[in-house]
Amino acid sequence: MHSEENHKQYNQPANNRLVIRKLLLLVAIMFSFGYALVPLYDVFCDITGLNGKTGDRVSLVKKPVVDLNRKVRVTFLASLNASMPWEFKPQMSYIDVHPGEPTTINYIARNTSKNPMTGQAVPSVAPGLAAAYFQKTECFCFTEQALKPGEEKVMPVTFIVDSQLPQQMNELILSYTFFTSHEKTKNLSSSQSLSLNQDHKL
Amino acid sequence: MNAVIEEHHDHDHKPSGLGRWLFSTNHKDIGSMYLWFAFTMFFVGGALALIIRAELFQPGMQIVEPEFFNQLTTLHGLIMVFGVIMPAFVGLANWQLPMMIGAPDMALPRMNNWSFWLLPAAFGLLLASLAMSIMGMGSAPNFGWTFYAPLSTTYGPDSTDYFIFSVHLMGISSVMGAINVIATIMNMRAPGMNYMKMPIFVWTWFITAYLLIAVMPVLAGAVTMMLTDRHFGTSFFNAAGGGDPVMFQHIFWFFGHPEVYIMILPAFGIISQIVPTFSRKPLFGYSSMVYATASIAFLSFIVWAHHMFTTGMPVAGELFFMYSTMLIAVPTGVKVFNWISTMWRGALTFETPMLFAVAFIFLFTMGGFTGLMLCIVPADFQYHDTYFVVAHFHYVLVTGAAFSIMAAVYYWLPKWTGNMYDETLGKWHFWLTCISANVLFFPMHFVGLAGMPRRIPDYALQFAEFNQMASVGAFVFGFSQLIFLYVVIKCVRGGQKATTEVWEGAKGLEFELPSPAPFHSYTTPPQVK
Repeated sequence: MHSEENHKQYNQPANNRLVIRKLLLLVAIMFSFGYALVPLYDVFCDITGLNGKTGDRVSLVKKPVVDLNRKVRVTFLASLNASMPWEFKPQMSYIDVHPGEPTTINYIARNTSKNPMTGQAVPSVAPGLAAAYFQKTECFCFTEQALKPGEEKVMPVTFIVDSQLPQQMNELILSYTFFTSHEKTKNLSSSQSLSLNQDHKL
Repeated sequence: MNAVIEEHHDHDHKPSGLGRWLFSTNHKDIGSMYLWFAFTMFFVGGALALIIRAELFQPGMQIVEPEFFNQLTTLHGLIMVFGVIMPAFVGLANWQLPMMIGAPDMALPRMNNWSFWLLPAAFGLLLASLAMSIMGMGSAPNFGWTFYAPLSTTYGPDSTDYFIFSVHLMGISSVMGAINVIATIMNMRAPGMNYMKMPIFVWTWFITAYLLIAVMPVLAGAVTMMLTDRHFGTSFFNAAGGGDPVMFQHIFWFFGHPEVYIMILPAFGIISQIVPTFSRKPLFGYSSMVYATASIAFLSFIVWAHHMFTTGMPVAGELFFMYSTMLIAVPTGVKVFNWISTMWRGALTFETPMLFAVAFIFLFTMGGFTGLMLCIVPADFQYHDTYFVVAHFHYVLVTGAAFSIMAAVYYWLPKWTGNMYDETLGKWHFWLTCISANVLFFPMHFVGLAGMPRRIPDYALQFAEFNQMASVGAFVFGFSQLIFLYVVIKCVRGGQKATTEVWEGAKGLEFELPSPAPFHSYTTPPQVK
């Protein structure tokens, strides 16, 4: 393994440099891998429908089979991120639908602040495993919503509960959280965390 | 093995005074600094633990506020993991690797200096946050050593940024230490020492170093994401911005699980050196030990989500992580049986290092079994976040990793100092430590199974007796460590001279160097047959 010369001399700076270079490359790869986990996690959740992720795109639905023998209750929730000064609510608190039947309901948002604001709603379905069976063909969550001060907007969402939905699931909850897009988020959330810290001290 | 050791006093020019330590590139001096640093932090982290145990001595709030209690558990965990066990193992690696592979020093001595001196800076930052908290200038990190988002992002105190940079510094230090270990082992082995002739401690450190390089950057990434979430408007872990707090747990435990093997693989190496010496037999199943270590290291990357069974994973995921976790018991079992087989029909003597090693085998195995209980998904829903988990990881980290470090110090101290330590005091230290550790941690199993949650300053009345036992054990354990400190200082200052071999059955290149070992270990390479 070692040549006769190496017996006399231990330090092999060339070899050390090679080892250092390879290992530093490994360090860089693993650091990037930590960041790569973020998109990988999203892709994984999208594919498997885990974690209540319903996807951000229009679902392509083949001719739906309506199962008239079965009813599923879909409950609607609306919540605002702590830094979002809007009013936001569904027009009805729940609806009973047949699996496979396209249904449209409306959410209403009003900008109660004094500034024009842009918001984005993030959807989530519970139980998480039902997310794969919940298809939205139209949704206000696909785009950002801009509202002038005091403006009110009726926003439709059209969905189909897949008729393949497992039998033991009779009730789904669709919830949206509105948060501010763009720069506003940062300023507001930092003042938010400040006030939380003060609460914490009390 | 025949080593020719030249006496060469002219090469041993050590700078005197503070400069010797500040600018040191010598593996022994740096190893000593690592070990003393770990020892100091052991007492700091231990003091925090004693405040915790004093508060938990009886139900109700007595000594500290709940907010401060959270800071105590957080800093106790961080200090013990990153400030005690990891630096102590790096210190042992620094002292022992060059001697065990027949090299004069580590391959990258200047980087070695830097990787040590980053640590006081890192812990200066971390402890500064505690000092500020005590002086009433805001909270120290209070989210547990696992710093789950959003506790550490949205709700983290201002001092979280101290913590973040402290973790960055520790990470850089560990990665540089690991690069040094790998370069040393790859390039500096004595002629004739091929990989399958390396001592097991060298092997386990070789694999540990790879684990460090693989996961410390992931931890650095996680804290960087926290930093940008807190201050630069990103939303990695903020659901409102499209992120996910559960993803934090995935990234953290992708680092965190290999991390627990980083803290135990070198311990396996130490025990595999000590048991053969005091059994006066070669290690049973050397190659199976090597393969078992490598298998554990590989498996450590695919079991992380067993820390997260209650986060709402699908059943398929829970089953995968349950079975892959159980699989780790196989190579670990191989190791335990090999140690027992090494002792089987050996000419055993029980000096202090051997006592610690035998206690390690028994108590670590117990910690392993509670780990197996925890990996069973349906049972874990009951055990999750209770004192049962606390009992489990203290058995593997205190009576496991910390016992192995104490064993290693007793085993190699005569080689380092040239003097034998005080065997009577060493035995006192062992028995007090071993008994009190069990009084401290064993009752935690019971309160945990009965449902006492971890990380709380108060508890229901029915848990009082077991908590009192644990607190008594904690104080005996803590103060017994002062005996250890005294034994080490006494041994450094003098005592009966140690022979070259030190122990009757000791094998290995380090026991062919005179005691104390010369400043530069092997300036002429020994020939390994």
